[in-house]
Amino acid sequence: MRFLFLAVFSLAGFLAFLLPPQCARAQAKNPYAGDANIAKLGEYEFRANCAFCHGLGARGGGRGPDLTRTPKKHGDSDQEIFTVISNGVPGTAMPPNGATQQGVGMTEAEIWQIITYIRSVEHKPVDMTGDSLRGRQLFFGNAACSTCHMFKGQGGRLGPDLTATGTARSLDYLTESIRNPSRRLAQGLGEAMKEFTEEYETVNIVTADGTKLQGTLLNEDSFTIQFVDTREQVHSLEKASLKSWEKSRVSLMPVYDQKTLPDRDLEDILTFLVNRLRAPGGAR
Amino acid sequence: MRSTSWIVGLIILTLVSAAASAQVTSDRLLSASKEPQNWLTYSGDYTGQRFSALDQINAGNAATLVPKWAYQTMAGGKFETTPLVVDGILYATGQDDRAFALDARTGRPIWQYQRNLPDDIRPCCGRVNRGLAMLGDRLFMGTLDAHVVALDAKTGNVLWDTSAVDYTKGYSFTLAPLVIKNLVLLGVSGGEYGIRGFIEAYDPTTGERKWRFYTVPAAGEPGNDSWEGDSWRIGGSPAWITGTYDPETNTTYWTTGNPSPSNRGIGRAGDNLYSNSLLALDPDTGKLKWYFQFTRHDEHDYDATQIPVMVNEGGRKLILQANRNGYFYVIDRTDGKLLHADSYAKVSWSKEKDSKGLPIPAKDASPTPDGNRVCPGAAGATNWMSPTYDPQTKLFYVTAREQCDLFSTAPQPYDAGHAYYGSAYFPNEDAEPFYGALRALDPETGKVKWEWKHPSPTWSGVLSTAGGLVFSGDAEGNFIALDAASGRALWHFQCGASVYSAPMTYAINGKQYVAVAAGSTLFTFGLP
Repeated sequence: MRFLFLAVFSLAGFLAFLLPPQCARAQAKNPYAGDANIAKLGEYEFRANCAFCHGLGARGGGRGPDLTRTPKKHGDSDQEIFTVISNGVPGTAMPPNGATQQGVGMTEAEIWQIITYIRSVEHKPVDMTGDSLRGRQLFFGNAACSTCHMFKGQGGRLGPDLTATGTARSLDYLTESIRNPSRRLAQGLGEAMKEFTEEYETVNIVTADGTKLQGTLLNEDSFTIQFVDTREQVHSLEKASLKSWEKSRVSLMPVYDQKTLPDRDLEDILTFLVNRLRAPGGAR
Repeated sequence: MRSTSWIVGLIILTLVSAAASAQVTSDRLLSASKEPQNWLTYSGDYTGQRFSALDQINAGNAATLVPKWAYQTMAGGKFETTPLVVDGILYATGQDDRAFALDARTGRPIWQYQRNLPDDIRPCCGRVNRGLAMLGDRLFMGTLDAHVVALDAKTGNVLWDTSAVDYTKGYSFTLAPLVIKNLVLLGVSGGEYGIRGFIEAYDPTTGERKWRFYTVPAAGEPGNDSWEGDSWRIGGSPAWITGTYDPETNTTYWTTGNPSPSNRGIGRAGDNLYSNSLLALDPDTGKLKWYFQFTRHDEHDYDATQIPVMVNEGGRKLILQANRNGYFYVIDRTDGKLLHADSYAKVSWSKEKDSKGLPIPAKDASPTPDGNRVCPGAAGATNWMSPTYDPQTKLFYVTAREQCDLFSTAPQPYDAGHAYYGSAYFPNEDAEPFYGALRALDPETGKVKWEWKHPSPTWSGVLSTAGGLVFSGDAEGNFIALDAASGRALWHFQCGASVYSAPMTYAINGKQYVAVAAGSTLFTFGLP
């Protein structure tokens, strides 16, 4: 017993040691709230520090969410945004302030300038006009989105999980992803020290015995390739052992044009994806 | 293969003499390439070629390489060190200004040092350090709080500690110092902060500063008229990569980084000397002999901080540099005359050359409010990672990057110690796939002889050896041996983290090792 107690005790001590230092102890209120001149400074800071992932105008980039959207996935108050910028979001590509390994950390004042800027370009919560319930039925039914996409643990594995996408991406981005899925591929795995994340590229493989496999890329290096095939089998293969392999930026996702998915159906699906936080019924 | 027995004989001979002295003298540094079992200075020797005469590991047996030992710093961030190996002991630095000495055969630590860094240091791009210099039984290290420290090689004890400059203004040291005769030379980092760059020399015994050369001329000095108004005071031009040295002419070659603010030319009209330049200095006095500016009035962060590699070819004394701006320059190192400059990656910042063959910036390449797409991107066609020159293949091997960025204006007021870029950059929104490549360049023609394509850009340096091999790493974590003549991969090892360092090689008791840092681990490899 004593031994067990010691073990638990020392484990707790060890975990405490591993926890990141509390960097975000600033005041909870933005001292510059609503100041248009500060927002301009914040825009320049944003370009220098954030736009690399979150895009010009905070409208979202390849790996960073659209920050003009509300509500935000990791919290909507000034204090929560300050904390996210200061400490990063573990498990995502969002690094703690000053830890990007590229460029310089921001001061507290500069972080508040950025928050002031984000507030100045933020839209009001989008009032979606579609039928969320019908959107859900389409997602899991006739539109067959769930064949390849998960939503809250249900669905397929070939494409990205869409549980949070409604709050992270602009409506334009979501619409483009459905109408023209190959224009911009979704981002996948990011490794700790690597600059670039993988994308949902299409993989075509012929193995040594002539078996043809198609799927989406999970990861890759010069010598190996990891992908999930259309039957949801995960493969990790030596490139040298294959008869052939190729990657393509033409997405495996079919193009949902007006004929396949009329505007009304699209609107309903978008309403379902976007409203999932505010309308629990939509995401039963 | 042909010189194996000669090399082994030399190693045995040198081991016997080394055991007697066990010290790095300035004479040993001058002939470092003649004792290839050791790695006495950052690039292996004064030429900066990062080439080793060791050939026990060669194109015929590289496929059988195995890990020999690993040493873990347990520190996060980029591990950029190149170790020194002197008479069986390996000396290296790690993240957060660590230093350590290991038995180079077993990896067992002999001592460890870690600097107690203040909370408010101003590193640009990670808490990194690239290595040590050695003279006598002393090791020299530049620190992130802009101190120069001498460590006792046997104990790791601090022998002296000199503050070079006020780090809170944005100054730091990240490079491995260079020992020339009885002086320790360093250049400062801080191009993101509106510093005034310099290269300087210290007395190895006392830590007293002997000279300092400012890389931005003061009012009244030649070159100051290349700056608008008082902009020279915060003109940047750091010198954050180790120089090279030609003892025949007693000239040390250093390269400088961007003018500040790095991506905004408004307010600093002119060529902005000596930013993005190659400097030929007298190592005894720090006096400038001549300069060659690669990128005038830079607005894209095209630091020239790539090792200026010395090569003697065709009766000429040359400097070879594959520059961050995408051009491969061949320069006469006796007078700084450009012989030719050829692009080795996609370039759009320059569309023409002047009468001397120097690429000059295009007017429409400046950053704009909505973003101007320019190649290379801000990370450059290459960066600080060491290239290598192999005198056997007569090829220059460099880590290249194919990436264009949108450069967008973001004016910032100068505030001492705060980031001062003046612009922002980010990848094209259309998510063009970027990639990296190890490219073999022919200095005679400027042409790419072969390339090994990386899935994504890497920050690894390159080593070449007399075994007909080049070694490099990738962002996906592989450490790779390639055939120097063909670029074919012969062997690879998965290190588990992106490689941000340059490999080196050494030998102990006639057995050759290759070392590279990746993640928080220093790996060594050898034959089974």
